[in-house]
Amino acid sequence: MPLAEEVDRDHRFPIEAVTAAAGAGLLGVLIPSEYGGAGLDALAFAICIEELAQACASTSVIVDVHTSVGSEPILLFGTEEQKRKWLPRLASGELLGAFALTEPASGSDAASLQASARRTGDRYLLNGTKIFITNVGHAGLYVVFARTGPGEKAAGVSAFLVPSGTPGLRVGQVFKKMGLNGSPTGELVLEDVEVPAENRLGAEGQGFTVAMRALDSGRIGISGQALGIAQAAVDESRAVLVGRGREQGDDFMLADMSTRLESARLLAYHAAWLCSLGRPFTRQASMAKLHCTDTAMQVALDALQLAGEPGTVSGSPFERHVRDAKALQIYEGSNQVQRIVIAREVLR
Amino acid sequence: MDFEFTEEQVAIRDTIRELVQDRVAPRAAEIDEKAEYPKDIEKLFAENGILGIPFPEQYGGISGSSVTICMGIEEIAKACASSSLILAVQALGSYPILVAGTEDQKKRLCPPLASGEKVAAYALSETGSGSDAAAMKTRAKRYGNEYVLNGAKQFITAGSVAGTLVVFAQTDADADHRGISAFVLERETSPWQSSKLEHKLGIRGSPTAQLVFEDVKVPAANRLGEEGAGFKLALAVLDRSRPGIGAQALGIAEGAFDYALNYVKDRQQFGQPISTFQGIQFMLADIATQIEAARHLVYRAATKVDTKAPDLTKIAAMAKLFASDMAMKVTTDCVQLLGGYGYISDYPVERMMRDAKITQIYEGTNQIQRVVIARALLR
Repeated sequence: MPLAEEVDRDHRFPIEAVTAAAGAGLLGVLIPSEYGGAGLDALAFAICIEELAQACASTSVIVDVHTSVGSEPILLFGTEEQKRKWLPRLASGELLGAFALTEPASGSDAASLQASARRTGDRYLLNGTKIFITNVGHAGLYVVFARTGPGEKAAGVSAFLVPSGTPGLRVGQVFKKMGLNGSPTGELVLEDVEVPAENRLGAEGQGFTVAMRALDSGRIGISGQALGIAQAAVDESRAVLVGRGREQGDDFMLADMSTRLESARLLAYHAAWLCSLGRPFTRQASMAKLHCTDTAMQVALDALQLAGEPGTVSGSPFERHVRDAKALQIYEGSNQVQRIVIAREVLR
Repeated sequence: MDFEFTEEQVAIRDTIRELVQDRVAPRAAEIDEKAEYPKDIEKLFAENGILGIPFPEQYGGISGSSVTICMGIEEIAKACASSSLILAVQALGSYPILVAGTEDQKKRLCPPLASGEKVAAYALSETGSGSDAAAMKTRAKRYGNEYVLNGAKQFITAGSVAGTLVVFAQTDADADHRGISAFVLERETSPWQSSKLEHKLGIRGSPTAQLVFEDVKVPAANRLGEEGAGFKLALAVLDRSRPGIGAQALGIAEGAFDYALNYVKDRQQFGQPISTFQGIQFMLADIATQIEAARHLVYRAATKVDTKAPDLTKIAAMAKLFASDMAMKVTTDCVQLLGGYGYISDYPVERMMRDAKITQIYEGTNQIQRVVIARALLR
């Protein structure tokens, strides 16, 4: 049985795949070699995630979240000391990264988050509940966003590096989801969690900037994930059609699926290329996330339609792709949020 | 065109609506999670006459109208698509008897179904014969006053729980689709073997079974219509049952939209309910418009079935195609409206999205509906 099918059926963390990815250096793709990583660029990262997602969407989101929003903020906003302390352990896979921004009442409106960080001397005391946290329970390091200045919306948010095992930090409910069953998603509860001031990432009040920048490149990873799922669905549809009598309606569907996928891939690679060159890429990353994930959803549904009733039976990759693809239109900024970002950038 | 439901139809619908909200809705999540056939719901429907809707009064039923059947399926599907199949398949499995049965067959076979003592199923598809029904391999050979059936059927909804099963089989293998005949198997006298497919994307409480026939004896008196008339009957039955799948898709979409609409009115982001954002409002407007369009097409098709209109084949296929495509899109958008909450099983909308997909596939894939529609246009 393929790993993707097994971890989906058993709701099991694909530890062997994550270990293998670590062994191949895939957990440190974006981390420079001086900190133990491969030092590759955003385009290489997108391609890595795409390849992983072709085989197993759960594994790809675990690696994606670790690599982009779970590690990159340290690379972009960390002090030299923080980079030396954390990046080699993240690059090797000794620590798995995670990103804790969303709260029950604060989803798209991330700036309204309520988790608090109260400073006392050289430490902060963190309290609050985070929700929909990918890698929850398996992460060794959480990038946690909390409010250091009440009533200041975005300007009052700061970012903190919180290792697992810190007293007061615990996993709450782990959700039963529609798909991505190999990737744990759940609540992260903080009760009087003491974090040394040296673990604050960026300046006080800079947290929202950290989060938004992390999500910009995170969207390149999600685009790659969408491309991988869609590519798998196209390849499997092709195999089904080659093995049976085809009608023109089948051929037209496959042609449309392939064309959508190719256009989505070019959009994603373009965004990744701009990011790699250090040029502005916010608009393109949001467009890529919107278009790639909508494409993955449509292609997965079309592939299942081509497969027909056998494709709806559990264990078939076709029904799994449909369940997996839906999450991508929602997380790392729902596609409604992408449209807000795109419109804002276009109207700027 | 407006639909003037009769007082009696409205009364039936209101009764079902109340019963579904009280007794079926609270069970829907559990039925999906455990992937269990809800025998309790079958019993509830039997006791309340719901399983008698597909039958006219003279055969022990309460209606026999496609419009009434659709109203029932729609109401049930709003809460639980799996449960709606209990009525939908009762109708599908009974149509062959009502369409092609002799008076004697109808009087004998319908009352135990109408009372809900038994449920019916319809066995057409085979592993190598899905959209291409004429390629079926199941054989029926006549010996005196009985036939002996051998073969296997695949993806038979309720095939494992039915007491009465309509089976299509080749009586003359050389005659292609003109060699197909229809038989009614009664479980006590013509038992068949079944194995349930364990897990599916959706409608997980509706058992989808593989059926095996090894020398199953069927009295010749249980053949429906003439030898060789089975294929035509199979198509005539699908014409009549397709508005019901449209109604199921409609109900699933309405159930998801009811939930999502309440959610967006409650959910606060940026200091206001998300329903105040135009991006959300446009989604709501599109969803409601699509549901309304599908509703009209579904009930128009059901009316065509009831009046035996000459274009019922085309309109029934259009209703099934449009309503099921609509339900897939609408439920996907409703998950989107709930965001992360839409994706987890603590909320019902992801189940409705999973349930919607099969309506594009079964009782003729939507590709087949397009073939049927195009054929009617080009005739």
